[in-house]
Amino acid sequence: MTALDHSQVKEGVDQDTVDAVREVGSTYKHGWSTDIEMEYAPKGLTHDIVRLISEKNEEPEWMTEWRLGAYDRWLKMVEPDWAMVDYPKIDFQDQYYYARPKSMMVKPKSLDEVDPKLLATYEKLGIPLREQAILAGVEGAEGAPAEGRKVAVDAVFDSVSLGTTFQDDLKKAGVIFCSISDAIRDYPDLVKKYLGTVVPVSDNYYATLNSAVFSDGSFVYVPPGVRCPMELSTYFRINAENTGQFERTLIIADKGSYVSYLEGCTAPKRDEAQLHAAVVEIIVEEDAEVKYSTVQNWYPGDEDGKGGIYNFVTKRADCRGDRSKVMWTQVETGAAVTWKYPSCILRGDDSQGEFYSIAITNNWQQADTGTKMIHLGKNTKSRIVSKGISAGQAQNTYRGLVSMHPKAKNARNFTQCDSLLIGSKCGAHAIPYIEAKNNSARVEHEATTSKVDENQLFYCRSRGMDEEEAVALVVNGFCKDVLQALPMEFAMEAQQLVAISLEGSVG
Amino acid sequence: MLEIKDLHVELAEEDKAILKGVDLKIEAGKVHAIMGPNGSGKSTLAYVLSGRPGYEVKQGTATLDGTDLLELEPEERAAAGLFQAFQYPVEIPGVGNMTFLRTAVNAQRKARGQEELSAAEFLKEVRAKAKDLEIDAEMLKRPVNVGFSGGEKKRNEILQMAMLEPRMCMLDETDSGLDVDAMKLVATGVNALRDEGRAFMVITHYQRLLDHIKPDVVHIMADGRIVKTGGPELALEVEHNGYADILAEVA
Repeated sequence: MTALDHSQVKEGVDQDTVDAVREVGSTYKHGWSTDIEMEYAPKGLTHDIVRLISEKNEEPEWMTEWRLGAYDRWLKMVEPDWAMVDYPKIDFQDQYYYARPKSMMVKPKSLDEVDPKLLATYEKLGIPLREQAILAGVEGAEGAPAEGRKVAVDAVFDSVSLGTTFQDDLKKAGVIFCSISDAIRDYPDLVKKYLGTVVPVSDNYYATLNSAVFSDGSFVYVPPGVRCPMELSTYFRINAENTGQFERTLIIADKGSYVSYLEGCTAPKRDEAQLHAAVVEIIVEEDAEVKYSTVQNWYPGDEDGKGGIYNFVTKRADCRGDRSKVMWTQVETGAAVTWKYPSCILRGDDSQGEFYSIAITNNWQQADTGTKMIHLGKNTKSRIVSKGISAGQAQNTYRGLVSMHPKAKNARNFTQCDSLLIGSKCGAHAIPYIEAKNNSARVEHEATTSKVDENQLFYCRSRGMDEEEAVALVVNGFCKDVLQALPMEFAMEAQQLVAISLEGSVG
Repeated sequence: MLEIKDLHVELAEEDKAILKGVDLKIEAGKVHAIMGPNGSGKSTLAYVLSGRPGYEVKQGTATLDGTDLLELEPEERAAAGLFQAFQYPVEIPGVGNMTFLRTAVNAQRKARGQEELSAAEFLKEVRAKAKDLEIDAEMLKRPVNVGFSGGEKKRNEILQMAMLEPRMCMLDETDSGLDVDAMKLVATGVNALRDEGRAFMVITHYQRLLDHIKPDVVHIMADGRIVKTGGPELALEVEHNGYADILAEVA
């Protein structure tokens, strides 16, 4: 690619994006399902189901007890209702809490043992898993030079992690990247030390539920002073019907280390709403830095609001060490209902938290999303850039908390919160909470709400772009600050998603 | 090339007649100037031809090489070769000028069934054309029209025109807000595009632009109609005597 192509991606929509969008044709491109024989645990949730999940994952006793403790707490909790979202009451006893492909009953040793249908599924999603599988699994392939930029992938299909690519390269660097169930078995001390320390078992209704029933997820440990040699990536896909997906991610960046982690999500079209309640915990030690990027494209439901994923996610990073840094970037285009606030606890002195978000809602989608920046240490800094785009009948809420604690001397926050409306039936809301408990803290907040301007669209069209190209261009321009924060590969995908998710929103 | 017959147009929201029977024929290779007092319908004429929403055509036709323009979407009119340099170009925050240009050029090429320009070809062309208009690399990177001075905006419109290579160019008060030097630059850009296969409709209040872009035909528009048509000397007459005499003469 030439220099121009790079600048194109950064500046807004480019022709490749528009082409890709055209090729896609239908609005939701990941709406197919794979016909694979599944093994389910019986519907509903009981102590026995929790034990069964633990047993299926071959977990030690302490883990089973941890889960049961969470389940008992969950039974006493009530579902939160403060978010600006509205959906029919979920019958938690009418869900499957565990589903895995039958061919996975004996865990594969490498990707080569994985059902080819599963690999085909991931290929359709555009993940080059197969090629990477060769590098990861085939003997003699070790040391073969990988082409281009490497991204290690951990793929989670319904409840089970399918396999992680590039294990050898990572091992050489000392980085542990595996499924959380493997980590519980192979690195119990690390898991015990960190699991539940950022998002406690009792944190909130969905996090507690996740603690009881999480079936798999990813685990990352980067040892002191190590810069992870490649992007780490997890791809989640819900395939089975009436199945909840509860993945658990635990990332530990030890002193002076660096890691960039990408997360992508899709699900097939189903008439029934499906539940997704994940927990992500990140621990950032002294001088370490973690970048966590999400492109969330769960099935949003159809044009009448039928079906779609309920996305109730708890993500939190704990900047424990001095000068530690975490950066959340999210592009939320899918899901029928989103309830998600990736947060930063800025505990170490001079630690920094950043949150960049694009949330697009179209048709009947609802999103209540934002962040919490908890400033505890001296000279801590945080930055929030949120871009909400609403079309159709959708409701889009930014909800954020900036909290300056008494010891957070000279802490600073900057928040920019912009909303863009397309059409006249959608809504945008901003609910910023600010708590300042010391007088040296500085908090800045800027907010704008605008409508996609008819004159802008006409200007683009008078130069030859059709209406959808024009909207995509204008919206990508609106999101530019956040798109720039994404890793290159994701920036392209995100631009396409922006265009796809707004198809049919005008005219 | 462009043929307008008995065109009647109202503002859609107000039921207010703006054009009251415009007849105009512009041949390929010619430059037609349209002059007239404020509110005579000059800009409306250009907007209606480009397809801006908000106007209602009550009567009459407008064709470009026999194609009925009024039936087409704005982007189809552009692909057919129509271009309007706007009096007030719109700002598009976050979208790089270069990205905008490339998206527009390729959208039109695609609509005409041509291959898209590669990044390298595009870059080469845009750099050469920008240089003639004294548009530097920095201005190509900045978001479309955001923070541009009046002169920069107008030069940018001419750059778009040069890149899109339309056959029928409409310039809506491109000289307004320009100092003498900027106006010369714009005029040079326009003159470079003059060609046997291309026609221009230059809307202006003042003779001074026509010193630089020499028209073949000058029309005077008043109250939604073209009331007088003549050669370049008609523009000079307006410059010296204003519109009052002409309007009295045709009344």
